[in-house]
Amino acid sequence: MASQGLGKEQSIQEMIARSRNNKGKKFIEKLMPIILVITALISVLTTIGIVFTLIFETFEFFQRVSITDYLFGKEWLPFSGSEPLYGILPLVLGTLKVSVIAACVAVPLGIAAAIYLSEYASDKTRRTIKPILEVLAGVPTIVYGFFALTFVTPLLQELIPSLKIFNALSPGIVVGIMILPMIASLSEDAMSSVPNSIREGALALGATKLEVSIKVVLPAAISGIIASVVLAVSRAIGETMIVSLAGGATPTFDFNVTGSIQTMTAYIVQVSSGDAGYGTTIYYSIYAVGFTLFVFTLIMNLLAQYISKRFREEY
Amino acid sequence: MKYIDDTVVMKRMKSRLKYNSLWKLIFLIATSLALLTLVILLVRIVTQGSGHLNLDFFNNFGSRFPDKAGIKAALIGSVLLMLIIAPVSMILGVGTAIYLEEYAKKSKLTSFIQMNISNLAGVPSIVFGLLGLTIFVRMLVLGKSLLAAGFTMSLLILPVIIVASQEAIRAVPKEQREASYGMGATKWQTITRVVLPAAIPGILTGTILALSRAVGETAPLVVLGIPVILQFLPDSLLSQFTTLPLQIYDWAKRPQEEFQYVASAGIIVLMILLVIMNSIAIFIRNKFQKRY
Repeated sequence: MASQGLGKEQSIQEMIARSRNNKGKKFIEKLMPIILVITALISVLTTIGIVFTLIFETFEFFQRVSITDYLFGKEWLPFSGSEPLYGILPLVLGTLKVSVIAACVAVPLGIAAAIYLSEYASDKTRRTIKPILEVLAGVPTIVYGFFALTFVTPLLQELIPSLKIFNALSPGIVVGIMILPMIASLSEDAMSSVPNSIREGALALGATKLEVSIKVVLPAAISGIIASVVLAVSRAIGETMIVSLAGGATPTFDFNVTGSIQTMTAYIVQVSSGDAGYGTTIYYSIYAVGFTLFVFTLIMNLLAQYISKRFREEY
Repeated sequence: MKYIDDTVVMKRMKSRLKYNSLWKLIFLIATSLALLTLVILLVRIVTQGSGHLNLDFFNNFGSRFPDKAGIKAALIGSVLLMLIIAPVSMILGVGTAIYLEEYAKKSKLTSFIQMNISNLAGVPSIVFGLLGLTIFVRMLVLGKSLLAAGFTMSLLILPVIIVASQEAIRAVPKEQREASYGMGATKWQTITRVVLPAAIPGILTGTILALSRAVGETAPLVVLGIPVILQFLPDSLLSQFTTLPLQIYDWAKRPQEEFQYVASAGIIVLMILLVIMNSIAIFIRNKFQKRY
């Protein structure tokens, strides 16, 4: 009876049995998970690839340059033909100068913007401002670099006449602008997840909106805010094109921000855009610098994860 | 009898309320400062570069002379690079996301892969350049080719695509999968015919946004040693090429002032390309994304 509707003489049971014995289908069911695991392992392989590439080439570098000279040397002069010096400290200091300036710009502005968006702004304002911040975050870094070199530096030179064309200040400020949306939007997320009942409790006791924001919401969301700052600074440390274009190529070991500097990333770019032959010490030095950079950012990222996990307030 | 004296309250509250409105203004100014920067940046680049945007600019190759410099090789290079990155990163990214969301059990391996992905997302792009230089350019002998750059960039944006795809797949309600199993479908049938069709708008949106990041990325390509001035178009996967950000970088570095205008014109083209990609992503999100 049931089989009458079907073209061929077969019952539902037969169909199920046939489908169950379909070898091709069974094979696909078994095969696909394996293929998917392989794709998932590619991301693990990428990490392994990064770590091993950096370690092997850095090891080769340390065959030629002593590790203590590298870690504690205060002079980075790889191109001085007869006696090149590879002391990483000037490059690290250059990176830190830019990152600290960037943080000085981005942290107050970013957190202020986050407080405004989360506590004061109406829904409508928030819906217009957040996409604009996303646009700001999506601007390619090369565009920011060009902006720093051709707009911010001349502008700052009007204010500080002693400022060189290449300096730490201008790229620092622009890197700050670049990481600002990240701090603003991650901190805003952290503050928005503080439950309204807590705000209402404070308001009912007579607190003003400012007092609620600073004394109630900010402390409750502090783990998320600090994590966002750490992540943003890690991004600033790894930032390349802005510092390459506007920072210059003079590794110096001092705390002057008006003169030309070089960051770790800018050094890698400088060597890569030139013709450092494969196998030379200079060629291996970019891996050592890259490894140092990688360690810096990895520590920052792990720290951010730790902070947001360990100190999170659960509601 | 009143327990609360209004005048005392007002006296006390006055300064606090004043601070409240003062700081509200400060917060507003801080927020607008960010927006103002964006406006200044865009206005400057458009006023500087629009004079150079003409047909010749699109038809000429790179050149040492500002008035002859064009963007043809760079624009086509960027588009071709995108055509390699898109399929490679999507297959790897969506595959990983399906595995993690549909197959993987809660195990140490799974949480290791997950942790690995979030750490990979924080690795600076220039380090991916070093990886690509060693693995693709030298070990696999792909040279400074489209393919080597495409693979490097695919790995760079892989974490972003994985996370976006995971979120899209997770948003498909469990009931739909159960209904599909209830009808006798196998796991793979459920994934390809129920889960993926429902998740594809979210996956595409995430992928296009990640691609737009790759298109604007410069640092890894510099490390790979991709040439800047090319007088020909790439004709195979293994041929040399150049991209928009690299070309802009080269122009921006040059000391002659005219090259700044050429660089601005290049930036306008790059930004228009990004706006188009982002608009497509937003269009897909608004048009096709279902909310459950």
